[in-house]
Amino acid sequence: MLVALLLLHAVLGGVVLAAARPLRRWAMLIGGLAPLAVVVWAASSASGILDGRPVTASHGWVPSLGVSIDLRADAFSLLMIVLVSGIGTLVFAYGHRYFHGSDKGGRVAGLLTLFAGAMLGVVVADNLLLLYVCWELTSVTSYLLIGIDDDEAEPRAAALHALLVTASGGLAMLGGLVLIGQEAGTYQLSEILADPPQGGAVPVALVLVLLGALTKSAQYPFHGWLPGAMVAPTPISAYLHSAAMVKAGVYLVARFAPAFAAVGVWRLVVVGVGLVTMIAGGLRALRPWDLKQLLAFGTISQLGFLMVLFGIGHPEATAAGAALLLAHGLFKAALFMVVGIVDHETGTRDLRRIPALGPGWGPTKVVAVVSAASMAAVAPMAGFIAKEKAYEALLHGSSVDRLVLAGVVAGSVLTVAYSLRIVAGILRPDLVAEPVEPRGTASHAPGATFVLPGLVLAAASVVLGIAPATWSDLVDRAARALDALAEAELRLWHGVSAALLLSLATLAAGAALFALRRPVAALQARTAPDWSAVRAFDRVLHGTLRVARRVTGIVQSGSLPIYAAVILTTAAVAPLAAMLLGSWWSGWPDHLGPAIHLPIAATLVVGALAATLATRRFVAALLLGVVGYGMAMLFVVHGAPDLALTQFAIETLSVVIFLLVLRRLPDRFERRPPAIGQPLRIALAALVGVSVVVMALAANGLREGPSAVSEEMVARAHPEGDGRNVVNVVLVDIRGFDTMGEIVVLAVAGIGIAALARAGQKPAPQPPSRRRRRRRARAEVAPR
Amino acid sequence: MIRHRSLILDTTVRLVFDAVLVFSLYLLFAGHNQPGGGFVGGLVAAAAVALRYLAGGLSEVRTIFAIRPWTFLSIGLLLAVGTAIVPLLFGAPPLDQAAWELDLPLLGKAKATSATVFDAGVYLVVMGVILMAFEGLGEHAPGAEGREPEGGGR
Repeated sequence: MLVALLLLHAVLGGVVLAAARPLRRWAMLIGGLAPLAVVVWAASSASGILDGRPVTASHGWVPSLGVSIDLRADAFSLLMIVLVSGIGTLVFAYGHRYFHGSDKGGRVAGLLTLFAGAMLGVVVADNLLLLYVCWELTSVTSYLLIGIDDDEAEPRAAALHALLVTASGGLAMLGGLVLIGQEAGTYQLSEILADPPQGGAVPVALVLVLLGALTKSAQYPFHGWLPGAMVAPTPISAYLHSAAMVKAGVYLVARFAPAFAAVGVWRLVVVGVGLVTMIAGGLRALRPWDLKQLLAFGTISQLGFLMVLFGIGHPEATAAGAALLLAHGLFKAALFMVVGIVDHETGTRDLRRIPALGPGWGPTKVVAVVSAASMAAVAPMAGFIAKEKAYEALLHGSSVDRLVLAGVVAGSVLTVAYSLRIVAGILRPDLVAEPVEPRGTASHAPGATFVLPGLVLAAASVVLGIAPATWSDLVDRAARALDALAEAELRLWHGVSAALLLSLATLAAGAALFALRRPVAALQARTAPDWSAVRAFDRVLHGTLRVARRVTGIVQSGSLPIYAAVILTTAAVAPLAAMLLGSWWSGWPDHLGPAIHLPIAATLVVGALAATLATRRFVAALLLGVVGYGMAMLFVVHGAPDLALTQFAIETLSVVIFLLVLRRLPDRFERRPPAIGQPLRIALAALVGVSVVVMALAANGLREGPSAVSEEMVARAHPEGDGRNVVNVVLVDIRGFDTMGEIVVLAVAGIGIAALARAGQKPAPQPPSRRRRRRRARAEVAPR
Repeated sequence: MIRHRSLILDTTVRLVFDAVLVFSLYLLFAGHNQPGGGFVGGLVAAAAVALRYLAGGLSEVRTIFAIRPWTFLSIGLLLAVGTAIVPLLFGAPPLDQAAWELDLPLLGKAKATSATVFDAGVYLVVMGVILMAFEGLGEHAPGAEGREPEGGGR
């Protein structure tokens, strides 16, 4: 069933993409059927999964490499499915209205469906390599979605930034996953986590895996791509960059932490990076005027929070992380939807330009206020329950955990402040920003169907907050699926506890920070660092390109003599060095060949020497041909007719093709000062000659009759290859694969010849006029 | 390079050309049991084409075959890859050999092997590559200018 659901995403996505134009009106709704089907399936099988019976499926894929399509949906996967497919379905419904009348809608819908499938694959994959494949599929679809406005430079650059960062992190992760798989002897995720490998490579592997997770979840210092990705249309941001894709890194950390948190630098890295991200992201969220940028930095901050909770690897913190994961998906997707609605209806999402939102905007405002309240952890929202849980978990921990708690509280204070900024931006924008021009009033309000998905999410935030029993089981089982010791009973009221007091203090401090927003903003403006992650990324990118150009400039000098010198020196020195190190020399041969060799050898020597002395290219080519025919004669004398025949044909054709090329070159060799001086060239030629002679003598001396391999080939040629010409049987049968590779190379070379020869030519002329043709004819007749 | 077409050269080359082409086919088919094979067969055929080029330039070469050099390349590759794949359909390893005894009228008993098909692929690829070289580097003989096909896309 799981496989069928994955296939459904692929098929529906493909169909919608292929028929994007005719379907564009309904594309979003058709694509949304795929996540909807997953939701239905999840609802029907939830009871079994929650009772501790994961749904599994397995199909062979590349058995020789141990890669199989192993799927396993346990309670934590179920929680992720609620995010990926549940919120996904609502985003599709929202996108239907958002892209109404736009011709991009079809393509977005198809890609979103494919993305939803890939993301579902990530959360149900039970094989490390399958997980990696799905992971990269989400990167690729994300790239295409961010760059959906591909006729503009900015989205393209943002998409490339996101792809380069997440894909290079993914590459590091692949290395880590393979190391872990090799250490564990299996690539099955559930087996590895049940019995974590202990080998020496594991700490290194974990750092590599973390690189993948941290880049994917936009953690500092890799976070720069996420604010850039906000150029995408809002449904994409709401889905990929809040609810689903950026949670992939968190998901991976959550899966691995219970087994590996104590290994190597894991805890230090994840918790450290998470805290820095949470606080720095929160600070950055206080600055932008663009509501979407604000949400992006808020998301980065919250992802840091999730990293801390899961990465620390304590059962209680894990349970709190599971709760926050769900609460965050609900409120952040809803807030993105609100910003999208404002942007769509008023044409701006800039705090300095947003008009007063008049009558008819009530539902939208409710969604904004409720969701921001949940984000700021105001009781009785879902976010409040999750954050209480987190505070409690960290309060119960060690002294280091208290330190972490201090950082988390600081980050939460910032969260409250920027949540208030969003609310103010929607309700009373004058509170947070001086208008650049007098604010008007929004001319029309969004339709009911546009707001509905957001309302559903906001209602969920409230219901989950008031009635924690509705999701207590899900979070509890999800946490236990990660860590058997984790248990979570979600409650709204714990009595007056330290956690509650901390929550209240957080809210008060956040409100105070918001009240002091002007001095804080002034301070931030003064102390803001001169660099940004995007600039740093650009520097790295350009630096890499510059180094690449330098290296290419050195290695590819463009001088034919230097290329030839490098190749020939390598060919001469490497075998000579090998022979000097080993004891290959078996002495001079004790006899010369048959008498007939002498005239042939003389021809060869004379031809070769004459070729070096020739002043005309044409003569040199012919003399080389003489050397080649001489070689063919040697083959004849030695009784190798196949070889001789081939050599004759090759030599003939070489001379002809030489002639073709020589037409384009000056008749005589140039008398320019060469790149490599004459004495050096002679020395190199002599070295190559000596090397070849020594090699030939050594090879001949080592030969002791036909080898076992060739005897085997001769013996099996006729009975198995049906041929008496052993050379040919070797070519077409015994080494048939080699031959096939060679003819492919030949074909590519042929295409290359044609392409290179044409590259230098001017574009094909228009059909020549009569006068031009006459002029050309005259030019042809004139002596050259 | 080629300034004038010579009648004697033209005629001789045309006479020799067919014979050399037949010889190249002989090499291809005899190759499995006697000296020869697809590779050398293709080279000999290409040498025959080279003769025609020397006599009449690129336009002369273009009149020999109805199909273009890249078609030779692709048919050759298809034949070779096809011979590699077909055995897979019968559960045999790729490039597995099959041989059939045939009773041909007049010729008597003959043996056909799938290796010959593979070799024919090699033959066509080798020949196609040399034809590509002529196509890319070659020059029209004077007087043939008007027959040059339009555009570089062909």
